[in-house]
Amino acid sequence: MAEHATHVPGLAHHFVSMEQQKEAGTIGMWIFLLTELMFFGGLFLAYAIFRYKYPDGFLQGSHLLSVPLGGLNTFILILSSLTMALGVYYSQMGDRKKLVAFLTMTLLLGLAFLVVKFFEYKEKFDHHLFPAIGFWNPAADHPPEQYHQHVRVFLWIYFAMTGLHALHMIVGAGILITLIYLARKGTFTKEYNSPVEISGLYWHFVDIVWIFLFPLLYLTGFHVSGGH
Amino acid sequence: MATEVMETTSTRNYLNNGHTVKSWLLTLDHKRIGLLYLFSISIFFAIGGVYASLIRLELITPEGDLMTAETYNKVFTMHGVMMIFFFLIPSIPAVMGNFLLPIMLGAKDVAFPKLNLLSWYIFILGGSLMLITMINGGIDTGWTFYPPYSSIYSNTQVTLAGVSIFITGFSSILTGLNFMVTIHTMRAPGLTWFRLPLFVWAHYATSLIQILGTPVVAITVLALALERTFQIGIFDPKLGGDPVLFQHMFWFYSHPAVYIMILPSMGVISELIANMTRKRIFGYHFVAFSSLAIAVFGFLVWGHHMFTSSQSMYAGMVFSLITYAVAIPSAIKIFNWTATIYKGSVSYDTPMIYALAFIGLFTVGGMTGLFLAALGLDVHLHDTYFVVAHFHYVMVGGAIIGYLGGIHFWWPKMTGRMYPEVWGRISAAIIFLGFNLTFFPQFVVGYLGMPRRYHAYAPEFQVLHILSSAGASILAVGFIMPVFYFAWSVKFGKKAGNNPWMASGLEWQTSSPPPTENFTYQPVVTHEPYEFEHVEEIKNAGKLENKTA
Amino acid sequence: MAEHTAEHHIVPLKVYFAVFGALMVFTAITVFVAQFDLEHYWGPLNIIVAMTVATIKATLVVLYFMHVRYSSRLTQVIVVSGLFWLAILLVFTLMDYLSEPAGQPSWASNRKTIFLPG
Repeated sequence: MAEHATHVPGLAHHFVSMEQQKEAGTIGMWIFLLTELMFFGGLFLAYAIFRYKYPDGFLQGSHLLSVPLGGLNTFILILSSLTMALGVYYSQMGDRKKLVAFLTMTLLLGLAFLVVKFFEYKEKFDHHLFPAIGFWNPAADHPPEQYHQHVRVFLWIYFAMTGLHALHMIVGAGILITLIYLARKGTFTKEYNSPVEISGLYWHFVDIVWIFLFPLLYLTGFHVSGGH
Repeated sequence: MATEVMETTSTRNYLNNGHTVKSWLLTLDHKRIGLLYLFSISIFFAIGGVYASLIRLELITPEGDLMTAETYNKVFTMHGVMMIFFFLIPSIPAVMGNFLLPIMLGAKDVAFPKLNLLSWYIFILGGSLMLITMINGGIDTGWTFYPPYSSIYSNTQVTLAGVSIFITGFSSILTGLNFMVTIHTMRAPGLTWFRLPLFVWAHYATSLIQILGTPVVAITVLALALERTFQIGIFDPKLGGDPVLFQHMFWFYSHPAVYIMILPSMGVISELIANMTRKRIFGYHFVAFSSLAIAVFGFLVWGHHMFTSSQSMYAGMVFSLITYAVAIPSAIKIFNWTATIYKGSVSYDTPMIYALAFIGLFTVGGMTGLFLAALGLDVHLHDTYFVVAHFHYVMVGGAIIGYLGGIHFWWPKMTGRMYPEVWGRISAAIIFLGFNLTFFPQFVVGYLGMPRRYHAYAPEFQVLHILSSAGASILAVGFIMPVFYFAWSVKFGKKAGNNPWMASGLEWQTSSPPPTENFTYQPVVTHEPYEFEHVEEIKNAGKLENKTA
Repeated sequence: MAEHTAEHHIVPLKVYFAVFGALMVFTAITVFVAQFDLEHYWGPLNIIVAMTVATIKATLVVLYFMHVRYSSRLTQVIVVSGLFWLAILLVFTLMDYLSEPAGQPSWASNRKTIFLPG
């Protein structure tokens, strides 16, 4: 059995069959996403506790974020999830050209997300709203002074969560570049495409995290002034 | 035990398949990675042991005469950090799990061999950072890193230590991920879930904790390092942070982490008892599921470390109640093991001595845990030597005793040589005596009111502390002896043969040491686990296939 | 050996587009609803609505984009257990904070004196 198995392209020596290898890869990625969920979970817990303790600080802090930019990024990211799903679809169909096209589109959308994020961060730095010592020096009325400390707590949660999320986007972009390179070389076929599928799972997970971050961070204080 | 005569001694095995340093450092073979872990954690164990000796030396006299209070703080912190993060957590999973799990499943390797090697390198990176921390003066926060002391006030290398723990966590996660996927997808034909050795069940439960708990402590120490570096209000109340939040997040991992240490040990003990009494484990299904139950319950009890923090009374009551519930699956294991021994044909070789020691010592450790789970009593006993004695009975009397028993049991499989049996029994006896002499007095001195983590104490406690320090020196002798006789046996030990214990289990059907691909044929499992009537038959069948392959 | 083989289920294209459309609609809903002060009626109403919508969106992504609806039982168990453990972390910690004994400072007490800028 092991003798002829070694002749299958893309099959590692320690697996018996292609199905076993694919199953191992898929379950491995899901379990990895489980650890990612708990990793972000610690920050979601911090969010819940501090929001409970400082509801007003969170409303004021949320006000400092731009709903249009956050909304734009939500749109970009969900669209990139669609293009990623389509990329997986065409890898299953064995359509190399469309696979490369949709992977490239996903990559570009991911980069667009990061560009928007960069300008959001820059705006915070310009207003001395980055919570670290040496940077944190907000004008007295921005946010209202009595909330300064609590807004600072909100902002570290904002930077930690979106920063960690952006880090995952950067890693995802690296994965996509590798996939595009391999896809152009013709590595993926109708029979062997599990790397595309598995990377797709990761990309969608990062999208899901953002789906929660958007309302928790951007929309929390939206109703206070009745929108922008 | 004269089976070595007829064995086909395979000339090619995983040990002589390449002798260069590169063939070890870049190996993807799970067995070699297991040995790499064995060497590295032994070094960390030795470092942790040196710190333990310093603690016991200081406590011989009531005055703080050997070192200052600050130095003492660093010494007990480094002892805890080294032993917990760099010895106990990787010990059985990374050494014996890596070595045995794929063989027990009849697989050629773990599912992701490259990740497996990566996990060792991550471990070494994290460990090196901790050594740099140590050389730079160490840390003085206690291994629990409680803020705001750790995040604001401590003048020691807390950030570096936090980064080290963060990195090491990923090593643990990768090991757990690898095991879980391997157990799910790479079992040999015929090896159903209820034919798995209990060692594998225990490792499955351990992996569950590693995967789900470790990320939370990773983000916690990362947040701690951020607060220290940027002075933002995460845990420091002065800046709007919340120190109790740290304790919740820390213990969400660190209580289940106790089960990362003890569950694999329980898996080892199940193997030892079944094979040394030549009986099928009594209540196999119960023992298997009790591992999973411990893993799940273990995630619901972390608040019992926080009874004297500002945790609410209601939360304390819930956590206390569930803590008592953890005793049930632990007791199931103990009762089933003793029931297995009953009327078995027991051979009192070294592994069995360790197994018996485990049952006794773990029972003491577990029962005193119930004292501490009581809300009222814990106010008196919290942060006293009673707690210290309790978790050493679990960690040393449980985890390390299981680790040593397992190493003795599988040493012939790992090296192809027997260790000297007489010396094995002597050192096991010395460890048992030394351990009890070290830690039993600590129950008493803690109950009398001696707090932990102090370098000076009231003179009336001195007798008990001298007993404890005397025991520690005996214990040290017991721990050093195996190093010598194991090293001796690699060269001069008796040739072990494939199955020196006449044990069941797939790992005993391949040669000792096993070939790189573990089996020269595809093993097929046709029997229930621990069926000793078939051992002879299976062995012959294996040899037959061996020849035809 | 494994209790299921990873069969190749290919999701039709129109499902992907339908899910994308639904995600867009739900995003619009959550932004729209967030403009109203539902907390006026009941403290946590805003966050409950926002989290419900986000959970629906995440479920759609998991079921269709990530193919969990068509995946093996094992994958589904992994997803559910992940949510279960996240719930343990959140619920048991919040249990402590939400059951502060009376007499302790309650941080949510000055909820009415909210500062409205501009």
